[in-house]
Amino acid sequence: MTDGDYCILLELDNHKTNASILKELKRPIQIIDTKKKYLPILSGSEEWPVVQMANDRKNFIDEVINESFKRLKELRPGENELIEELEKTRYRENMRCKTNPWKVDPEDDLDFWNSVKSRLVAIENRSPKARREGAEAILFEIVVRYANEIAGNFKPSHHKMARVVVTFGFSRLLNAAKIKKFGAILRKEYTLQDKIQIIGHTELLRKLAKIGTIVMVPTHFSNLDSILIGWVINTLGLPPFIYGAGLNLFNMSLFAYFMNSLGAYKVDRRKKNLTYLQTLRTYSNIAVRNGSHSLFFPGGTRSRSGKLESTLKLGLLGTAIEAQRVNYKMEATGRRSKIFIVPLVINYNFVLEAPSLIRNYLRIKGQERYYLEKDQYDSSTKIMKFLFEFFTKGSNISVSIGRGMDLFGNYVNEEGESLDKKGNYINTRDYFTNHGIITEDHQREEEYTRMLAKVIVREFHMINRVFASHLVAFTAFRMMRKMHDQLDFYSFFRIPVKEVEIPYEEFRETFDRVRDGVIDLFNEGKVDMATHLTVDLDEVIDIGLKNVGMFHNYRPLLKNKQGNIITQDLNNLYYYHNRMDGYELEKYI
Amino acid sequence: MNLKNTSEQYVGVIGSGSFGTAVANILAQKTKVLLYARKMEVVEDMSKTRMSGKQRLLDNVIPVHDLERIAHECEIIFPIVPSENFRGMIRQLSPFLKPYHILIHGTKGLLVNDDNWFENGGRITADDICTMSRVIGDETVVVRIGCLAGPNLAKELADNQPAATVVASHFDEVIQEGQRLLRNDRFQVYGNTEMYGIELCGVLKNVIAIAAGALHGLGFGENARALLISRGLVEMIYLGKMLGVNTDPFLGLAGLGDLVATSSSPLSRNFTLGKRLAEGERFLDIMDSLEEVAEGVNTVRIMKHLAENYQMRAPITETLYKVFWDDLSIQDALRFLMKSPFNVDISFM
Repeated sequence: MTDGDYCILLELDNHKTNASILKELKRPIQIIDTKKKYLPILSGSEEWPVVQMANDRKNFIDEVINESFKRLKELRPGENELIEELEKTRYRENMRCKTNPWKVDPEDDLDFWNSVKSRLVAIENRSPKARREGAEAILFEIVVRYANEIAGNFKPSHHKMARVVVTFGFSRLLNAAKIKKFGAILRKEYTLQDKIQIIGHTELLRKLAKIGTIVMVPTHFSNLDSILIGWVINTLGLPPFIYGAGLNLFNMSLFAYFMNSLGAYKVDRRKKNLTYLQTLRTYSNIAVRNGSHSLFFPGGTRSRSGKLESTLKLGLLGTAIEAQRVNYKMEATGRRSKIFIVPLVINYNFVLEAPSLIRNYLRIKGQERYYLEKDQYDSSTKIMKFLFEFFTKGSNISVSIGRGMDLFGNYVNEEGESLDKKGNYINTRDYFTNHGIITEDHQREEEYTRMLAKVIVREFHMINRVFASHLVAFTAFRMMRKMHDQLDFYSFFRIPVKEVEIPYEEFRETFDRVRDGVIDLFNEGKVDMATHLTVDLDEVIDIGLKNVGMFHNYRPLLKNKQGNIITQDLNNLYYYHNRMDGYELEKYI
Repeated sequence: MNLKNTSEQYVGVIGSGSFGTAVANILAQKTKVLLYARKMEVVEDMSKTRMSGKQRLLDNVIPVHDLERIAHECEIIFPIVPSENFRGMIRQLSPFLKPYHILIHGTKGLLVNDDNWFENGGRITADDICTMSRVIGDETVVVRIGCLAGPNLAKELADNQPAATVVASHFDEVIQEGQRLLRNDRFQVYGNTEMYGIELCGVLKNVIAIAAGALHGLGFGENARALLISRGLVEMIYLGKMLGVNTDPFLGLAGLGDLVATSSSPLSRNFTLGKRLAEGERFLDIMDSLEEVAEGVNTVRIMKHLAENYQMRAPITETLYKVFWDDLSIQDALRFLMKSPFNVDISFM
């Protein structure tokens, strides 16, 4: 915390801290300044890269089409392999249309793929040259179709509207709920920033966004993440970021509206063919190259298990590295040529989809050994209900913004210069050169991508802000598991919940040890923690129990009449416990 | 860059020990080489006599005493210095290195993150173990890192006898550059992408080589050696697995190949150490008189503590540890090893 962010030293002496119990803190905990106002870094929306891109939509899509087409031709140089690729794509797309159609799919989908089929048949017996030409024409059409489907539909007016809905609407709701009078709906006492707390290297992020292109890489736990991050980006005075959102989300009209207005482009996970993936990659690559700040969820999908991401999808990250090389190669010495990675971790006390996610996770992991109930579907109404509960009941979200880095995991200073561990300046162009010349080496860039993924995972764990709710869930689940360690993992989930009651005193003792372990990790800079973790032991436990998965029908943790710790749903408890996985805290149980 | 013409590029070799010199001479058949020695008088001596130890330097080899010059003039550098000096050397070199440098090291040794780990109680985990590639990664901005491994007895290389080596790296370009520079009619170069595994092969085989030297010194023959080599390979594989490495590299040139070479040759320093122990010399006296470092000694110390921490059995390593530091006689050590109840031949495949 040296970059002048809004950090205030925690004065431990004055704080309600039981010094005899609490381990010594060797660095200050960052306190959240909820009143901080950030001015927009660009004066008008016409300067936003995403707006410039939207205005130039046609040229942009043409660029995507041409580059993808060129690359695909290189990847399948022979006429037979190209035709084989098209055949495969055509077959899978036909199957998708028949077995897994979605509301958002275009109406002519099946017709289009049937026409591809007949055209492939028509060129079958031609000369090699004619077949190649025919196949390329078909390929081109498919690329055009995909590129147009992927392209976002950003409209500044929609963006403004969505922003008003989010900030205005929600803060009205919040004030009404907090002050408990209907008249309070017009008061301004509480803002979203009280609810969603932004912490970390915000000033550095703002500075970097002016001098280069930001690729923000957040953890992904909930469908709400993208809306939430959209709000964070706006609050920090940054222009909108573009990002790939799952096409399935566009099935829900509420989400579709937000997505479009936040600069989303569409990613269809059903389409796994080469042509689609290449077009998608090219889209993101060109956007980043053109200076559009971007948001990649590097975990790919929401974390099913509730664990912090430990393996990342390399595809999109790789496009950032490729874009950086192209920028250097074009000698684009202009102000936006450098790309910065900014990790971001969102901490929830409650994840709406937790029950269905964890069930899904256990089913995949345990296969038939695990009995599965009907899967729940996330609907717009459910989300509205959640939002209402979220704003009317007390549950905070914190968003930790990591320190900006270059694509090779080196931290950067406020001028955007990369620094090595000893603080020496690094010219990042050198990562792409041989004998002073920039060379295109895909294998090298794949390796860089793997290295970057490792660094991002490390940063996630470092800026992860431990809440009491995560820690009670971790402690309780591990203790319950230990009580029944003769059972295998899946049998454990089937035992009646009344058999896993933990006497409060025992829980309290263990929790104390685990908390000390977290403080050790915090002191070593391996994790971040919320200030409320340092208050009196019984109070921390209380805060944790009240908040963990608070809106679920079956609560992960409760106190019973005797004051002992019980659960109503082991799956949910496991999900919230997983948040603290990977820190080796189990040794304190 | 300052050097546009690639044919004018030098390749650097850091360390003028017997292996470093041999590598410099192999490289010199293809390109100009800057050969660095730590001591000024060694550089002067090499320049004057054109000899390094018992090896004659090829004309293309230029002895230098300037790490900065190496970094500025060479994009590809081969650091080949004993592990105990490796970190210090890399720290001196580090300020001059850039992300475009390619470093291919040839040091078959091991370090621990904390230099004083032994004094601090000796509790170490797999994360604390540093092969030389990790030292380079930790101390510099260089990312294109590789290693050399395989049966490369320096004297035989110097005599231009047929041999092969392995260049391992996560980067294809590093492997290709290594192959391009080193390969000749009498020297075959294989590539491998499992760099950590390949490094560990070279490191762990030194332990077995010491034991092989001891067997030889006691006057035992081929049956005993074959027994040791095959059991030794199993131990290497288990220790490798403990450190998160696949079995594959151990069965190749850098593993089995190197193990057979060093366990059979008086040219190997580690083998010589074992032989002299068996002939009745005291451990500390031998250590004082060795001209070049026997890496196996340090490796025994590190691996013994690591195996203990993970509750793994590594009988050969443990027994050698007792010989070095607990005054167990080599005869008793051998008797102990022969009595060890290992009735499963192979269980790792």
